[in-house]
Amino acid sequence: MGDRALLVELGDGISPLVNKKVRDLFLYLKNNPVEGVVETVPGYRSLLIVYDPLKTTLSALKESLNKLQKTIGRSEIPKLRTLEIPVVYGGECGPDLNWVAEYHKLSPEEVIRLHTGTTYRVYMIGFTPGFAYMGELPDTIATPRKETPRTSVPRGSVGIAQNQTGVYPVESPGGWQIIGLTPLRLFDPAKWPPTQLEMGDRVKFFPIKEEEIARWEM
Amino acid sequence: MGNVETLEILAPGPLTTVQDLGRFGFGRYGVAPSGALDSFSLRVANLLVGNPEDEACLEITLFGLKLKALTDAVITITGADIQPHLNGAALEMWRSHILRRGDTLFFRGLKTGCRAYLALGGGISVPSVLKSKSTNLSTKFGGLKGRPLQKGDYLSSDSPYLHHKAEGRCFDPKWIPSYPKYWVLNTVFGPQDDHFTEEAKRLFQRSSFNVTLHSDRTGIRLAGPAIQRKAGMEESIISEGMVSGAIQIPGDGQPIIILGELVTGGYRKIATVITADLPFLGQIKPGDRVKFKDVSLEDAYHAYIEAEGIIKKFREGL
Repeated sequence: MGDRALLVELGDGISPLVNKKVRDLFLYLKNNPVEGVVETVPGYRSLLIVYDPLKTTLSALKESLNKLQKTIGRSEIPKLRTLEIPVVYGGECGPDLNWVAEYHKLSPEEVIRLHTGTTYRVYMIGFTPGFAYMGELPDTIATPRKETPRTSVPRGSVGIAQNQTGVYPVESPGGWQIIGLTPLRLFDPAKWPPTQLEMGDRVKFFPIKEEEIARWEM
Repeated sequence: MGNVETLEILAPGPLTTVQDLGRFGFGRYGVAPSGALDSFSLRVANLLVGNPEDEACLEITLFGLKLKALTDAVITITGADIQPHLNGAALEMWRSHILRRGDTLFFRGLKTGCRAYLALGGGISVPSVLKSKSTNLSTKFGGLKGRPLQKGDYLSSDSPYLHHKAEGRCFDPKWIPSYPKYWVLNTVFGPQDDHFTEEAKRLFQRSSFNVTLHSDRTGIRLAGPAIQRKAGMEESIISEGMVSGAIQIPGDGQPIIILGELVTGGYRKIATVITADLPFLGQIKPGDRVKFKDVSLEDAYHAYIEAEGIIKKFREGL
């Protein structure tokens, strides 16, 4: 990408296997820094490697990466973390829950049961600070985005779009179907790390009542 | 001496923010760099007032900022010529001046470029958030309380008196960039140029595009002939990381040059503006016209080394 980044594509499409390869390369480069690399940004199926063109060149970088490839599988990958996220479903917290239920001819309770019944993988962080794209949502509740995106979605909103689910960690515009709200603060620039979720993490949602919000607020 | 209240904002203009060189290294958390869109002007401004090159400055958009000095301080203004006036008299840009307590500084409005940079000897004392003082406008953190400046804001700097000796420094006029209304930006094709037919790529290179009013710190939105992706391809691609200067082609075929407020995206990028030309992106304004020129990677590297050479010479000559 231009004269200061290399986009390493590790497969086509959205799949756990491809995403694992991205994570392996990301973690390897984190633990074994390559001269001239400024930062790396993981995506679903690619790793963006940003470099300083005053310190290295594309061909030198490619050469280093080729050498690394032989040792990459042998590196130690940290254990996967699972974060459990409390969610108030429906009502004002999840204005689209009923619409999603009707769309699939399910009851709202069934949508909640299906949404909380799966352990999700964080494929990547992007769009806004700390926004985790998670999959796979069960096909039975996979729902298209809203036709007209909202200009403002409140912080903590839990949304779904096609086979993905995610939490809006900061107030932002957004087109996902909002089915709930979490009191957890998933992005805080004053803390380290600033996000509670990182690529590769596992996430499980569980329902709480609106009265319980205060207990989870930090 | 520590922090001293130095400036009071009498009128903020349409958009004045605190920016330094940006917040790098946090892309994996979805945090975009933000930072001065014209980093060249910011670095020169800092050097002119005796600051470290990466100190925070005010990024002033188009016109209208008015401020008052609360103490004696050295300042300079670089970047776009938005006609700075000190107590009503025109003030020379790219040179450091001393502001006396009670002086007022006003920016009449645009002659060339889009964004001016005001550096203050002693910098701008705001907290560093994720290693940078830059304002992230969309998520509202960094800078001064995460927002643009408002009337009645006060800005402090660290021991401004220690910088008085920098008064009178100037930047060699032969190095001052010119900001045309018709821009030719050097680009390197990729990463998704293969998603476009040769004909579409030629159209991209031969056309000149109009800079629309919808442009902001997120991106320069262009209008011109539609650059169509290959038949049968979906409108968007799977989200991936990106750098500023990437030229996105959304579904309608109208290019958007990505600036420092985004770090991932789901549209294909036909080409990317070379690093040496990035500072110019901060000076392109609505109504200007833009054309793209494909260059080799070697030429891009060379142009960057040359651009950095100017700053290096200036720094060493101080």
